[in-house]
Amino acid sequence: MNFKSWRDLPEGGIIKNVPTSIYFKTGDWKSKQPKFIKEKCTNCLLCWLYCPDCVIEVKDGKIYEFHFDFCKGCGICSEVCPAGAIKMEDLR
Amino acid sequence: MRIKNFIKHALTGNEAAAYAMKQINPDVVAAYPITPATEIVQIFSKYVADGEVDTEFVPVESEHSAMSVCIGASAAGARVMTATASQGLALMHEMLYIASGLRLPIVMVVGNRALSAPINIHGDHSDTMGSRDSGWIQFYCENANEVYHTTIMAVKIAERANLPCMVCMDGFIITHGMEVVETLSDEDVREFLGKREPLYNLLDVKNPITVGPLDLFDFYFEHKRSQAEAMLKSKRVIAEVVRDYNTRFGTDFPDFVEEYETKDADFLIISMSSAAGTIKEAIDIKREEGIKVGLLRVKTFRPFPYEILREKIKGFKAIGIMDRAESFSTMGGPLSIEIKASLYPLEKRPSAIDFIFGLGGREFTLEDAFKVIEITKKLYEGEKLPEFMYIGLKGE
Amino acid sequence: MKKILSLKELSERNLGLAGGHRACAGCPFPSIVKMVLSSSDYPVVVANATGCMEVTTTIFPYTAWPVPWIHSAFENVAATIAGVETVYKSLKKRGLIKEKINFVAFAGDGGTYDIGLQALSGAIERGHNFLYVLYDNQAYMNTGIQRSSGTPFGAHTTTSPAGKVIPGKMQERKDITEIIAAHEIPYVAQASPSHFGDLIRKVRRAFEIEGPKFIAVISPCVPGWGYPENKSIEMAKLAVETCFWPLYEIEYGVYKINYKPKEKLPVKVFLERQERFKHLIQREDLINEIQKKVDEKWERLLSLDGKKIR
Repeated sequence: MNFKSWRDLPEGGIIKNVPTSIYFKTGDWKSKQPKFIKEKCTNCLLCWLYCPDCVIEVKDGKIYEFHFDFCKGCGICSEVCPAGAIKMEDLR
Repeated sequence: MRIKNFIKHALTGNEAAAYAMKQINPDVVAAYPITPATEIVQIFSKYVADGEVDTEFVPVESEHSAMSVCIGASAAGARVMTATASQGLALMHEMLYIASGLRLPIVMVVGNRALSAPINIHGDHSDTMGSRDSGWIQFYCENANEVYHTTIMAVKIAERANLPCMVCMDGFIITHGMEVVETLSDEDVREFLGKREPLYNLLDVKNPITVGPLDLFDFYFEHKRSQAEAMLKSKRVIAEVVRDYNTRFGTDFPDFVEEYETKDADFLIISMSSAAGTIKEAIDIKREEGIKVGLLRVKTFRPFPYEILREKIKGFKAIGIMDRAESFSTMGGPLSIEIKASLYPLEKRPSAIDFIFGLGGREFTLEDAFKVIEITKKLYEGEKLPEFMYIGLKGE
Repeated sequence: MKKILSLKELSERNLGLAGGHRACAGCPFPSIVKMVLSSSDYPVVVANATGCMEVTTTIFPYTAWPVPWIHSAFENVAATIAGVETVYKSLKKRGLIKEKINFVAFAGDGGTYDIGLQALSGAIERGHNFLYVLYDNQAYMNTGIQRSSGTPFGAHTTTSPAGKVIPGKMQERKDITEIIAAHEIPYVAQASPSHFGDLIRKVRRAFEIEGPKFIAVISPCVPGWGYPENKSIEMAKLAVETCFWPLYEIEYGVYKINYKPKEKLPVKVFLERQERFKHLIQREDLINEIQKKVDEKWERLLSLDGKKIR
């Protein structure tokens, strides 16, 4: 994705090898970050469903990992969690 | 000198365009009726209804949607065509820029018609002149026969250059005028065109792409430069395709500019479309009177063949340019401005006068053609004349 | 084909916007996209109208879309997807393509109620086979919160501001679901991301049907509606619980309400949580007017429930 000159651009302005947004880290938007309390988690997957930024990775139907690179700290995950397994913490 | 046997028909410009489309057999045609191009769509619908083509015909609810459907279809790898005129072309204006920006080889037949207001359904070039910056290749045809052949060539040119292409003909004069059209066989057309090889394809689900993203100020300029390069490269494509066509079929269509009686001419008239035909008639008559006048007919307006025109006009003392559009620049019509710009680097430039004529379908008669030649002759003889004037206008 | 997918099954498909897109923190449309795309059993090709979704997810050279995606202009997403679908139909007819592909158009209320209405109406009249998903945030949000004809009565937007003389938008919003239903297409529905099971079922039902399908999904907007960024799903839920945004569907002309709140909350509960309605707190008369309209529409739906109207 190194476009130093107009000659390097794909014709028609298209984007190939999608998705490429993964190279743009929106994680620096946040001032709060979710803390995952694994013991309380019931794996209902609502946080995965509602996270707008693909932060929460699910493996085999279980919450696996939080990718904070993309987390904007919106707090929806904490809000929708029925088990209190996610708490938002200030980053400062 | 014909290599292949042509079939002779008596067809109007619209019928010729529709017949060419039938033989091209595009994958998708999305069109909306508008005078004077309506018949193209009507005739083509009949071909579809009678199963004579494989085309999917999409009867859209506006010209803007016509171009939108064409864009979606072309981005999905299909061979796509449409037809429109005037207000319809103006309505799809934003989509024209998008089609060329996305590098989609859509071919559109345009029945040149004046733009409102006042509303007028007759022929002039204001519609396609209004789209000259949209990044489309533009051809202006002199007669129905040229429309037929150019439409076929346009498909190949568009697909090789990956730029959309307009094939223009004067509204009513050519669209509704019946002339002799010599057509190729279905197989000739099929063989000449082959299959489209798209730059990209939305339906290739295994290799997903994003088409039409947002550019901020860090990339738009580069994307446009890339598009400008494509337009530049299209000049070679046009020359190659036309040469190939002429060789295969024994025709002698011009690629960019047609010369008529220019070899020993004292001065030149430069024109486009059907009026050029009238000028040719007038030239024949005037030459018998001993007036040595020649014609340059500009066939390809975009990309503008400035190098060719500069080369061919160099050395002439006077030129009379004919514009069937007023672009309200107050210094003449669009063709004259582009021609003058082409000549600017020359050390010795000819005197030039621009004739604005034929707006809203005002007839350009043989008498008018004589007038054009006579006035340009005066310019050649050193008389001081205004930079442009109107021909055939009441009160002038 | 299974009517509904569990979240576990959905998570296995996991087809949605990738991280790194620039939608506002707390925006619900990414989860709407996830639900729509993951509900498809076949590859999906997406067309998007100009708007929040398109702009934030495809800033060159970054794209968050893992599926073939096209944007051409603001008012023509229905026409654009119609073009793609027409090619697919043609290839299928000629035996040049065997796999099934689902076509989805996403547009906001801007590109649907107003500038895009013509293209949508035309495309569905022609019977193209695609699903149109409206993510309704009730104003032109991407350009900074201007009113659309989907903006509800009384809402403050920058072009219908709550001022000293005029208290916000004074026109009722268009009932887009009914407008589209009047076209008599096979499937029309209203949904909410808060009721995800219902939304997934509706999307899957739509994908089963040949022809044009339309689902209007309420999509609360953090800056546009004015609420804390972790409350988007809660806002959508309140819209449903107050019957401000009823969940219903019309399948082949038969109306069906999908969710009847056990306790129908007064619309004030929904309005008072949003900045865009804050100015109405002193205006009991306007709140009553809003409640009256909500009740009228709800009563009408109740009377149509189970009936074949179109």
